[in-house]
This record gives sequence, C-alpha cells and structure tokens, in this order.
Amino acid sequence: MDFLRPSTLAEALAAKAAHPEAVPLAGGTDVMVELNFDHRRPAALLDLGRVAELHEHAVVDGRVRIGASVPYTRIIAELGDRLPGLAMASRTVGSPQIRNRGSVGGNLGAASPAGDAHPALLAADAEVEVASVRGTRLVPVKDFYTGVKRNVLAEDELITAVHLRPATGPQQFSKIGSRNAMVIAVCAFGLALHPESGRVGTGVGSAAPTPRRAVDAEEFLAGELADRNHWTSPRALEDSVKRRFGELVAAAASPIDDVRGSAAYRKHALAVMARRTLDWAWQDYREGSWQACA
Amino acid sequence: MSTPIPTRSPQELDDTITGGIGESPLRPDGVLKVRGEFAYSSDLWHEDMLWGATLRSPHPHALITGIDTAAALAVPGVHAVLTHEDVPGENVYGLKYQDTPALAADRVRYQGEPVAILAADHPEIARQALKEIVVHYAVLEPITDPERAAHDTTLPKLHPDGNLVRYQRIVRGDPDAEADVVVSGVYEIGMQDQAFLGPESGLAIPAEDGGVDLYLATQWLHVDQRQTAKALGLPLEKVRLTLSGVGGAFGGREDLSMQIHSCLLALRTGRPVKMVYNREESFFGHVHRHPAKMYYEHGATKDGDLVYVRARMYFDGGAYASKTPVVVGNGTTLSVGPYNVPNAKIEGWGVYSNNPTCGAMRGLGAVQPTYAYESQMDKLAAALGMDPADLRIRNAMSEGSANVTGQVIDFPAPVAELVQRVKDMPLPPENRTSPVDIRELPGGASNTTHGEGVVRGIGYGVTIKNISYAEGLDDYSTARVRLELLGGEPVAMVHTAAAEVGQGLVTLQQQIARTELGVPRVTVPPADTGVGDAGSSSASRQTYITGGAVRNACRAVADRVFARAARQLGRSPEGMALSGGKLVASDGEVLAGLADILGDEAIEETREYHHRPTYPLDPETGQGDAHVQYGFSAHRAVVDVDTELGLVKVVQLDCAQDVGKAMNPDAVIAQIQGGSAQGLGLAVMEEIQVRDGKVRNPSFTDYLIPTVLDMPPMRIDVLERADPHAPYGVRGVGEPPTISATPAIANAIRAATGLELPRVPIRPEHITGT
Amino acid sequence: MRVNVTVNGEHRRADHVWEGESLLYLLRERLGLPGAKNACEQGECGSCTVYLDGVPACACLVAAGQAEGREVRTVEGLADGDELDPVQESFVERGAVQCGFCTPGLLVAAHDLIERNHQPSDAEIREALAGNLCRCTGYEKILDAVRLAAARKVEAAQ
Repeated sequence: MDFLRPSTLAEALAAKAAHPEAVPLAGGTDVMVELNFDHRRPAALLDLGRVAELHEHAVVDGRVRIGASVPYTRIIAELGDRLPGLAMASRTVGSPQIRNRGSVGGNLGAASPAGDAHPALLAADAEVEVASVRGTRLVPVKDFYTGVKRNVLAEDELITAVHLRPATGPQQFSKIGSRNAMVIAVCAFGLALHPESGRVGTGVGSAAPTPRRAVDAEEFLAGELADRNHWTSPRALEDSVKRRFGELVAAAASPIDDVRGSAAYRKHALAVMARRTLDWAWQDYREGSWQACA
Repeated sequence: MSTPIPTRSPQELDDTITGGIGESPLRPDGVLKVRGEFAYSSDLWHEDMLWGATLRSPHPHALITGIDTAAALAVPGVHAVLTHEDVPGENVYGLKYQDTPALAADRVRYQGEPVAILAADHPEIARQALKEIVVHYAVLEPITDPERAAHDTTLPKLHPDGNLVRYQRIVRGDPDAEADVVVSGVYEIGMQDQAFLGPESGLAIPAEDGGVDLYLATQWLHVDQRQTAKALGLPLEKVRLTLSGVGGAFGGREDLSMQIHSCLLALRTGRPVKMVYNREESFFGHVHRHPAKMYYEHGATKDGDLVYVRARMYFDGGAYASKTPVVVGNGTTLSVGPYNVPNAKIEGWGVYSNNPTCGAMRGLGAVQPTYAYESQMDKLAAALGMDPADLRIRNAMSEGSANVTGQVIDFPAPVAELVQRVKDMPLPPENRTSPVDIRELPGGASNTTHGEGVVRGIGYGVTIKNISYAEGLDDYSTARVRLELLGGEPVAMVHTAAAEVGQGLVTLQQQIARTELGVPRVTVPPADTGVGDAGSSSASRQTYITGGAVRNACRAVADRVFARAARQLGRSPEGMALSGGKLVASDGEVLAGLADILGDEAIEETREYHHRPTYPLDPETGQGDAHVQYGFSAHRAVVDVDTELGLVKVVQLDCAQDVGKAMNPDAVIAQIQGGSAQGLGLAVMEEIQVRDGKVRNPSFTDYLIPTVLDMPPMRIDVLERADPHAPYGVRGVGEPPTISATPAIANAIRAATGLELPRVPIRPEHITGT
Repeated sequence: MRVNVTVNGEHRRADHVWEGESLLYLLRERLGLPGAKNACEQGECGSCTVYLDGVPACACLVAAGQAEGREVRTVEGLADGDELDPVQESFVERGAVQCGFCTPGLLVAAHDLIERNHQPSDAEIREALAGNLCRCTGYEKILDAVRLAAARKVEAAQ
C-alpha cells in the first residue's frame, strides 16, 4: 500500500491523477474503520491532512465556501450563525472526537445515505466543488449522489469544497437514532425556508438509496405559503398544511428494513419530523427569532 | 526453572491507602489506571512475540469436508497454521458439559466458530494469511427456532443426545388452582451482549519445561487452566495462568476464547504469541445472554393475593451448552419473583440451536423471568385496579417465606421495604426548563422534539437473584495470607486466584486484611494459578466466597500471631486482637507492637471458604433447597416517551437494594449504578440481532450500549440487613440491579403509552406501531 | 514507511510502519504507550482518545502516517511527573474507575472539556462525554469526578 502525502492542493490533484485508485483520507472516520476491519485494502491512501486549502472556509461571491476537510466542530462554532441547518446536522454527527475530525467532504465522498450532512446540504441547495488536474466544476448537491455509496466523482477528482448561501430564513434539522447520542441516523430530515425566493428546501437522509429532496413537499409548501401570502404576513400554519407536508416528505422516501429500523417506521418518522421541523421553522419565521438565535 | 516474563506484565498492587471493611478506601489500582500504566491483557508485550489470529466459520451450520492450510503457511511471516488435527490433547471443553471443540473438526454449529488458527509477525500478515486457508464446507440448514428445537424430535440432532440441554419442571401446591382474576402474556427478550470494553486478549509464553505460561483476562483462572491443559494434553502444573488487567467481564469471560488457541500456537512456534480480538471478532468470540420466550399466567384473589403462577419458558442456548443448564435452573427456580406464591407449575427448556452460543451474563437466568413476571405484576395490578407498587408490597416474600421450590428463606428478605423505599423517593419535577434543553428530551441533541408528543410514565421492577453457585455444587474459594516485616513495618500479602474484573475485589481483599490483621499496608500480587481455586468472578459471589476465604486465612494468621505472642509474653492468647499495627488485649491495652512479635519470621496461612451446602432439585417436582442466598433489589423508573416517534428518555432510575453488609459503600453504589445501566440498555436498545443463525450487528455502530446522555440521575438506597450465614453478613450485590432495572423501565414506558410491549428491547417501532 | 511524531513532548520515530496502520497501533505496539485503549477500533467508544495537535481524536481513526510531524498527547502525558492532573486525581477519588478500560479516553475527553469550559453544566458534560462509552459505572461517578475536577481547576486558577 502506498501512502501519499501531498502538501498542496495542486500536489493532491496530481497525485490523484497519477494514482486514480488512491483512496482520499482526511478525518479518517470512515476510511480507517474499513482499514481496521479489513473491509478495504486500497492500493494507496491519499492523505489530505496537510492540504491547507481544504481546511479553510471563506465567503466567495456571497456564498460560504467550506473546504472539504473543515471539521464539523468548526462548522458548528464558526459557521453556525450563517448556516444553522448544517450546524444543527453537524452537532448530531457521532461524538465530539468524530466531529473534531470528520468533515462534509468526507460525508460527500462516502456518499452513504445515512451521512448527517446531506439533508442540510440538500435543503440549502449546496453545490459541491470538485477538482482535478483537468479543472474545477460545481455540482448541485442534488445531482451529486448517484447510488448507494456512489457519487459523480471521476476517478481523478477530489472534493475540494461545498458552497452554500448563508441562510435567508429559518433552517431545521432532525434525526432519529435509537439512542440519545452517537447514533447513525435511522432517518433524518433537513428543512430550509428561503423567503427571498419564496422557496422551500428539504433533504431526506437514510431513507432511500441516496440522500434526496422531497420535491413534491417543497412545491406544495411553497405554493401554500405563496397562495396565502404567508411570506409577507405570516400567520399560524393550519394543521392540515403541516400534515400534508409531512405526508409528502414521507412519500418521497423509499426506505428499506434493516438492523436500524423498519421501512414503515422510517416513513412514519419522516412525516413526524417534517411536520415538527416545519412548525419550529415557521414559528421562528413569524417571530423573526431565527435571525437572532441562528 | 526459568520462564521468560513479559516485558509488560501484570502488576502487584501495593499501596498505602487505608481503610477497613465498612469504609470506602480508594482502589489500589486506581492510580495505575488513570496514568494509563495498568497492564491490561491486550497491553502485554514480549520481545519476539507473534500475533495469533483465528479463522471462523461463515456458516451457522455446515459440515467440514476438508481444510487446506498449505497456502497460508507459505505466506512470508507466517509461523504456524493449526487445525483440529494439531490439538494434542482432547479437542473438547465446556463449563458444564464437554461439548465444545477447541477447533471445529467435522462440523460447525454457529457462525463464527473457530476452525483454524495461525501465528504471524504482524496482525496484517495474520489477517491476510487467514484468507489463504481453504475450508470446504457442505452447508446445512440451520436450526434457529428454540421452541421447535425443544419439541420437534424430527429435527437433526446437533449433539449426540439431541437438542435439549435441560428441561426442568417445578410443581408447587395445586398446579391447577383457580383464581378470581387471571392475566396472561407471552414475553420475549432479545439477545444481550456483555459488551465489556476490553476485547478478549492474552499472551502465551512457551516455557522451558515444555509447559506454557498464559497471561490473560478471564473471570476464572482455574477453570480455564483445567480446560486448556486438557486440550494441550499437559498436566495442570505445566499450564500456568496469570490474570492480567481485565477490561470488564459481566459473564462474557467465563467460557474460553483465545486460551487454548494462543497456547497451541506458542507451543508449536516456541515463541510468545499474543492474541487480541477486535470488536467484531469479540461479538463472535464470547457467549451472550440467552434470548427467551416465556408464557406466563398469574391468578390472584379479588383482593390482590397471588394464588398461582403458571409459566413455560424457552431459553435458546445456541450451539454449545455453556451455562444453559444453570440458566434453566435459575430461570425456573426464580420464575415467580420475590413473591409468596402458594401454587405454581413452571417448566423451562434450554436448547441447542445454530444461533450464537449463549451463556453467562450478569443476572444469569433471572433477567428473563423477572422481565416477564414484573410485566405480569403490572398487568395484574391494572386488572385489579390496584397501585402496582402496593400489589408488589402485598405479595412480597419475607424472612420465613417458602419460595417456589419449597425452600424456606432463613435470612432477611426485606422485599416490601425495598419497594416502599423506591416508591417514597421524591419524583423529578414534571416541568421542564424553559427554554427547553433538547439534551434532556427523548432524542437528545438529535432535535426530534421540543416537547411535542412527550408523555411521562413511572414503573417498578423488583427482583430476586440467587447468589453464588447452586443446586449442590461445592462452591469455595482459597486465600493465602502472609504477614511479615518489610522495612520494619508489618505488611500483609493477600494472594488469591480471584479475578478482579473491575468490581473492586482487590480493594475488598485489602480491606478485610486491614481489618482482620490490623495492619495498614496490604499488598495484592496478581491473581494466578499458583494458589488454590477461587471460583469465578460471577454470580455476585466473590465478596461472599473469596471474602470469606481471605477472612479465614487472616484469622488463621492472627491465631498464629496470638500463639507466638502468648509464648513470648507468657500470657493466654485469649482475647488478643490486632489493631493499628499493635497487639492489644480485650480491654484495649496495648500488649506489644506487631513488629516485635513477628520478628524475622513471616507467618503464612492458606485457607478455603465453602458456603453451606445446597441441594439438587427434585427432578419431578423441582422442590429443594437449591440456593444458598438471595439478593433483592427494587427499581423505580421515570421515563419520558415521545409517543409519536417512539423515542425514550429515562429521566430518573432509582434503586433500593439490600446488601447485607456494605463492605465498601462507595463500591456498592457503583455496582448498583453500573448494573442499572446494563438493565437500561436491555430495556431500550441492546440486542444482538440474529437472522437465520447469522449476527447482523457485530459492531458498536449497531450494537448500542447506553452513553452518558442515555443515563439518568440515579438515587440509590442501600439497606444492610445482615445474613447470619454469610461472612460479615454480606449479600451479593452485582447482579440484582441489572435485573430489576429492565422491567421498571419497560413498565414505565407502558404506563406512558398504554401499550402492552411484550418484548425487550423496546424499539421505536414497537411504540409507534409501524 | 517511517513516521516521526512528537508524543508527550518527546520526539519519536518508528520504522517499517505498515501504511494501513492506525495511530493507535503505532502508539501501543511500536512506541510502548498502551495507555490509549483498543476497544472498538471504529470510533464508537472513545477509549483511544488522544490529543492530536491539541484536539481530541480517536487514535484508531487516524492513520499512523497522518501523524507525521504532529504532536500527540496521550493519557500517559496528562500527569506532571508524579503529580496527577486534577482530572486523574478526581477520577480516582470519586470512584469513576472500575475496570478502567474506558478511563484513558474519558480522561482526555474530560481534560479537554474542562480546558475549554471551566464550569460545565451537567448537560454540557454529558454532551462532551457522549463519545466515551463506559460499561461499568453507569456514568454517575464519572460525572461526579468531572464536576470535582472542574471545581479544582477553577480553584487552582484563582
């Protein structure tokens, strides 16, 4: 096994081009488990730990660009005000030790449907920045996942960053686990309200082969909010709207039965989480409190 | 004879901490442990050592038609590859029945059964070389339904005598009695894992005499020694075992894991061999708690007096017998709980199957029926319109009661008081802090509720657990105590083979010696087979049995001190005592310094302690004085349940337990807290999921044990009603709280939801009905 | 490959390190520092927690090669010679140690918490230690110990 240790992004991309079989290694929270248990023996490991560019975040063209290796702990502490949905999701990732090392880039690279960041990224219309020696491209996150633990990356490409617009409205994240901490999601839901565009963003995790949006639910709710002029003069949402939203979110999922939970439970829980998160987000919107406490 | 000692090896615990029995001195191994210097079995290291590894069956049931090790042996860095053909002694072992091969020969009976072993220079070489061993299997249909295994004689026999390990019947009073109010239920309990933090490990070092020295983590050195020596074909004295640091046990280290394998490899290669299981292998490398299915019927008068209990219970023992016979014995004899029940008919079956082998785990055989009968007690209370705690108090057994086997309880049994005490404890406030802290709600930081759907419930659980070995087994322990002057100061050494597994036995041994010999300094060398058998650190028995042996040995040493002093001082030894390093008379007068009496001559005595005899059960009626002592505990759980999402947060988990005598009050409380946590785990999250004989979640990712965010504050009330038959009046402590916590939580969830919830662990789906 | 790493203030070097090896293996089997424990090797139990460049991490999830040139502080590096750190001291005093296999990782996690937050609430302690499984204690005495250690650190700072 080779151990490649680039110290700049250019070196990393060159290394990946030269060793397309190399497995990128950042926080190690997924890859090392596979190595420790002999589930994977790649020809090479590509340690990205020394690539400073991947550990930085900055505002670029009005959007937050988060380097692929910025750990969850820093997202919570440094970006929670601008990206509350992602910060809430980050807080549910593993343990403090895992959050100190794990990163959004790792979640995207592994592309596990259970990755905690995905629903928040989907709800916020994030774009994934992907680079190779051939150049850089931006992939809308909804198009990034192609199957169970598969994504659009070409074999010479690395995930370098994600781009998210700072929240313009309330965001929420909710996740089911059968323990009160340190769990892999049985299912998860992310919600972002975009008042400036009159849109609703959603993300469903761990309830389909890939993370996915609940498009019908988004359109239904956006329509309801627009039709009733809720954005400009927000009133309490009717129960029927919240329930319908929940049903549509559940309908967007195509979960399976596994050791963590049944398909039926996942659908049921998604409906409940969607309804509740909408309730919280809408309450925040009406009170304007999301800006203060975000 | 010179035997190489590992570079990193178990430590003698020598400390100047003081404190006798009834006090709470600090652990002598505490500082080593917080410094990271305590030598656990996986920390052992020896120059030139090899790494052992095990090839396990991927199939729960298959015939082995051939094994080819040539390719593995050819891998550079591999030093030996062994199969059943390389076992020089008898290729069979077992705690109760001799039915388990050290390495599978012609058949595998569970997924994960060891088939071959090898030793290599590096763990990675070992892992890759395992893949080069070719095993030819003819896969068979697994037997996975324990009820069928018990009754269907057309099934293939997994062992020569069939698939029934033990059947026990208990008949008391009128088995067909009738009652005003009858409730029944069918209860299931999933397969729990001990999930000790330190996976199986050890270091075997070949000795010049052709024997082997094995440093390891275990619960019972001598039973390991006997089984290992038999497989190695060596006399006992050539197989010497020394206890290394143990990272928890809880029953999971009673059966052999790497003992025979590491010794075989060390003897074959002539080099030290270390074996360390990883977490996944650990799930296959030890036995689990028996899953059970239990059919219960309770009858009571309109006033709430129990009239009868009828029960049938099935325990799935898996591939090999391990402790299944004991589980059936405990399960049936403890089947009605700590209640007066005049009439009963109980039947218990323990069976072989191709599921993972099940054996010892904290609360052995009592966890399952307690869950069932305590569920029944709540159901009965509801049918009677009674308060669940009051129903329990009304029927509680007490000293002088006869239990379901006809045994009269001749020691305190304050069951009613325990229930009353937890009932009287203050309840946590109903109102939550504002704004809500999601960490205090079901779902925790995962942000699933801000209070929506959350309903509070309160539940009780009470248990009775036999302490120590039962049904006629001669249960004993051995202690060697030496008193001598070191640097002018009297120092006692307490040497036993009893396993410190974390519970604090080393502290206790020191406390007893300090009290009995009146010396502050007591050293405890590593437990080993160089001293007599101590029995297992299980069945809540070590404080009682090894405590008794240490007391006896100390008193024998003291008697020799008195005799020597009597000669030196020219007075009768009558009334002499040792205190504060001095010899004192009965009136407290200091007669001499202990140092003056001892001089240069050490005094050493070895003594055994045997508890009073128990007797086998009558095979027809199940009547008999099967148990030496019982422990009792009562829990009250307060839970918040998110009824829409099925998530649970245990808000408070209070316990009252009678411990006879709190030898070390802090350690007693720690045992109750830790035991309660394991009971909580079983109630709401812990289960090895098995389908078609295969384990689906052998990892800490999917076998969940409680985190600190899952554990509530626990109020602990310790009673001390001395058992006149036990040393110092002690009563075993470790198991009862694990047992009563589970039904208390289940009953609290039922109270919150109104659901029947007949199975633990209770999963979110069970509450939401999806 | 060769790995150079500063451990507990000392420069250390290991040769012939297999590329797939973890920092945990490097520490335990090559550098003679078995304090960090190998309990799950999948980041689920926290027993192998060490400081990596001042940040607590599961050593089992760091490739040995990733530690090249970095600073590691293990449980063996918490005490100042014979003098225990207040976290270690209070774990012993409050009976937070039973089998002790989880202890080294918990000590590092608790040490880090108190460094960052001198007066943590119970909820904060619980959230900070949620990645460290203990099977013996039920955590009550661990909470006691962390509260005591925090109080002592505040006292010492005054």
